[in-house]
Amino acid sequence: MSKIQATFERLQSQGRKALIPFITAGDPDPALTVPLMHTLVEAGADIIELGVPFSDPMADGPTIQRASERALAKGVSLRQVLGMVASFRADDNVTPVVLMGYANPIEAMGLDIFAEAAFDAGVDGVLVVDYPPEEGEAFAQAMNANALDPIFLLAPTSTPERIARVGELASGYVYYVSLKGVTGSAALDVASVAARIPELRAATGVPVGVGFGIRDAATAGAVAACADAVVVGSRIIEEIERSTPDTVCTRVKTLVADLRAGVDAGSCGTPPA
Amino acid sequence: MSDIPYALPDAAGHFGQYGGIFVAETLIPALDELRLAYDEARCDPAFIAEFEYELKHYVGRPSPIYHARRLSDELGGAQIYLKREDLNHTGAHKVNNCIGQAMLARRMGKKRVIAETGAGQHGVASATVAARYGMECVVYMGSEDVRRQAANVYRMKLLGASVVPVESGSKTLKDALNEAMRDWVTNISSTFYIIGTVAGPHPYPMMVRDFQTVIGKEAIVQMPELCGRQPDAVIACVGGGSNAMGIFHPYIGYDEVRLIGVEAAGDGIASGRHAASLTAGRPGVLHGNRTYLLQDANGQIIETHSVSAGLDYPGVGPEHAWLKDTGRAEYATIDDAEALAAFHRLCLTEGIIPALESSHALAHAMKIAPTMGKDKVLLVNLSGRGDKDMHTVAEKSGIQF
Repeated sequence: MSKIQATFERLQSQGRKALIPFITAGDPDPALTVPLMHTLVEAGADIIELGVPFSDPMADGPTIQRASERALAKGVSLRQVLGMVASFRADDNVTPVVLMGYANPIEAMGLDIFAEAAFDAGVDGVLVVDYPPEEGEAFAQAMNANALDPIFLLAPTSTPERIARVGELASGYVYYVSLKGVTGSAALDVASVAARIPELRAATGVPVGVGFGIRDAATAGAVAACADAVVVGSRIIEEIERSTPDTVCTRVKTLVADLRAGVDAGSCGTPPA
Repeated sequence: MSDIPYALPDAAGHFGQYGGIFVAETLIPALDELRLAYDEARCDPAFIAEFEYELKHYVGRPSPIYHARRLSDELGGAQIYLKREDLNHTGAHKVNNCIGQAMLARRMGKKRVIAETGAGQHGVASATVAARYGMECVVYMGSEDVRRQAANVYRMKLLGASVVPVESGSKTLKDALNEAMRDWVTNISSTFYIIGTVAGPHPYPMMVRDFQTVIGKEAIVQMPELCGRQPDAVIACVGGGSNAMGIFHPYIGYDEVRLIGVEAAGDGIASGRHAASLTAGRPGVLHGNRTYLLQDANGQIIETHSVSAGLDYPGVGPEHAWLKDTGRAEYATIDDAEALAAFHRLCLTEGIIPALESSHALAHAMKIAPTMGKDKVLLVNLSGRGDKDMHTVAEKSGIQF
């Protein structure tokens, strides 16, 4: 059983939902990434999504693009990101790590070489934003061959046929993008998200994480009441932007702990008003 | 109609390993909607008839082919013919595609069009057709390009478009494209994205090619009328590659006609400051398609350089990648200095001021013409006029207005 699957099963037996914070590897500085990952876990993260910086992050909003640019300015490469995961694993062999990024850095390394190196580094899942299921078969095969979960996106506009196709390829969880738009856009409509979750869960056979537009504990809780996992990215990056290297871990910890409390309140069946 | 020896792209938008639909799930419905609408429109005689009417009466087609006799005589070799896309309304081939896409937008009930632009030519063409069809138009342009191309920015505003400067990344064309994609994914129901070249996710490379093939189809009729036969080679500049695909594609079945694409070598390939993705790049994934890209060892897209803003792009249309690999087309490079020399020479020998983009194709023709017999024929796609480049050329010559 994969670490991701084990995590969801453990949470389910506890009646809890997963909190999945996102940070970009190398932002604000490569030396801070591993400490920040441990901070996320201390604050209550169940799974970490670690962004792989890319020069042209077409599906991301300005906040995550800035994070990418800061990391690239410090020369962070995909190989270095794998190195960061490996050093995180020296002290944490439990928390699943999912890499999230774009196809080109992976293809530049070579899909199979990447998959082996990611497994060796201790990565558990990979989400490639610009591999929709049409272009994702070779990717899913390479992931499966190396005991990695291929994670796919689904959107409010995804048709039943596409959801079924993603279900055939995906393992670990699927990431339901709750808004039309890019990361960091305006607040989401919880009711319309909630209405889709049972169908997505049934059709894909894996847990459903929801992200895009979750900015506070109340929304996190409301989403947790219906979804299996809550993904928060841009809001955390903003907190990193407001911090200094000395304060970044403390500030991120406070924010994520607050989101954790929101998720737990929501998943106990009492969504905040 | 034609005897093109291949039917590509396939249904999934692939040209061999190139092309495809490499976008986030959120964009898929917009691309599905576009593909269905285009599949319908391209078989609709009324749509085709209106497109042809617009090309004739609004753009001024067919564009003539001109025998550059003085230039050919001076070079002493092959005869150089120019396909005069510079004489189109708005001054370049870009408008052919914009009319097609704006007609499609109207058919789909979209009231708002967006576009990305580098030098501003595609932005101007998009603003032009948006005015013509009464649509709102937003053009994304890297802030660096906004600064360098002030006249075109003003032109777009005169035509009623809003120009949004893009501050992210390298602040140039590729970043404008990223930003336009973000706008599209956020405003899918109201908005049509007019991509200016034969790149991007399927169906764009196919659709833009189809709208631009009017160039090659005309040439196939015109060349025998002018010189009794088809040319020995067709030469076109390649940035994203739309003017080249437009003139190459109808000729692909003519085995005896060489197809030569000319990329921008900037300061020289060895300098690393160039925009020659087919010559010096590697296959990868960017902007929705797999194609040759200029990238570093880690797969990050690198900044490009060319004196010609229209060729300054780190990728290239996927059909060019396929034509290169299959050997049906060949790809050469011309550096900034050679392009500028060709620019000046055409001004002085023929009284035609070519765009700096087209000057690359011309420079390559001037390079190979002297090595060929006087009975040989080269057809150069003169894709645009050079009025927009006055400032760049003057600056290079140390002249201030």
